[in-house]
Amino acid sequence: MQLLVNGAKEQCAKDATLAELIGHKKLRKDSLVVELNGAIIKQELWATTRLKDGDQLELLSFVGGG
Amino acid sequence: MAQDVLQLGSMRFTSRLFTGTGKFAAHAQIPPMLAASGSQMITVALRRIDSASQTENILDFIPKEVTLLPNTSGARNAEQAVRIARIAREAGCGDFIKIEVITDMKYLMPDNYETLRATEILAKEGFVVLPYVLPDLPLAKRLEAAGAAAVMPLGAPIGTNRGLETKELIALLIENCTVPVVVDAGIGRPSHAAAAMEMGADAVLVNTAIATAQDPAVMARAFALAVQAGRMAYLAKMAEESAVARASSPLTGFLH
Repeated sequence: MQLLVNGAKEQCAKDATLAELIGHKKLRKDSLVVELNGAIIKQELWATTRLKDGDQLELLSFVGGG
Repeated sequence: MAQDVLQLGSMRFTSRLFTGTGKFAAHAQIPPMLAASGSQMITVALRRIDSASQTENILDFIPKEVTLLPNTSGARNAEQAVRIARIAREAGCGDFIKIEVITDMKYLMPDNYETLRATEILAKEGFVVLPYVLPDLPLAKRLEAAGAAAVMPLGAPIGTNRGLETKELIALLIENCTVPVVVDAGIGRPSHAAAAMEMGADAVLVNTAIATAQDPAVMARAFALAVQAGRMAYLAKMAEESAVARASSPLTGFLH
C-alpha cells in the first residue's frame, strides 16, 4: 500500500503498524513527533496504530532554531 | 532592590535574557551556554526529520528547568503557524509559542497580519503567545487585545547583528504596551542588549550573536551581564542628557 510520508510517496507492507514503519526506518523514537492525517499520535499508541492505504504521515523532530 | 521578576503566562523569570538553539556548531555547546547565560527560556524549531542527520535529540541538551519556547518558523500563514503550535504542545513542549510567520525570504520580515491572525487563534486555545513582529504600535495594541502574552519586535533583520535599527519604533511599543516588550532579532553585541534594556525593554532574545561567537559560553555570559546592567540602569532612572557641559566639580572656591 502507498503512504505519503513527509510529502513523498512511499510503499509500505499491508496492515503495517506505525511502530513497524518507524522501526523499519531505524528512526530515533525519543525525539520523533508523528502526525497521522493531521492528528498527533502519541508514542504509546504507535504499536496499535495500523496504517491504511493513502495515509498521510508527517515525521517531525525538534531542531535548533531562534 | 526587590526581586525583579518578569511574568509570562504562569511562569516567572528572573533572567531577562532569552536564548535560542539555532546555529550552534554542536549541540554540546548549548548546556554550557545556558549555564553561563542564566537564561531560563530557549527557542527550538520543529522540522520534518532528516533520517541521515537524526543522531541527537536537541531536547536532551536543554535542562528541564529551562522553559522551551518552540517557534513556528517555516510557517507562511496563520494556519501553518497554528498547526505547528498545536504539534509542539502535543509533543510535550508546554504552552509557550513564539509565532514567527515569514513570507518574505529576502529580508525575513515577519508578516504582521498573519501573525496577528495566529495570535488570535492560539491565545484562545490557552497558549502563552509571544509574537515576533515588525515594531508597529497599532498592531501591538491589537496583539494585546487578542491575548498575546508579550510582543517581540525585531531590532534588525534576523541574523544580521546590526542592533537596534528600529529603536524609535520599539520605544513607542515600550511606552504604550501593557504586555512585556521583548526585543528579538538583530541584537549582535552585548551593548545592543544593554541599550534595549536601558530603554525599558522587558527582555531580549539573542541567538545568532551567541551561537556564532567563537566562544558561545563566554559570549552568553557577556550578554547576561549586559542585560542585567541595562535593566538596573532602567530601574535606577537614568540622569538626563544635556546639550551643554555641566561641571561635576564646584565652580567656586578655587585655590588661586
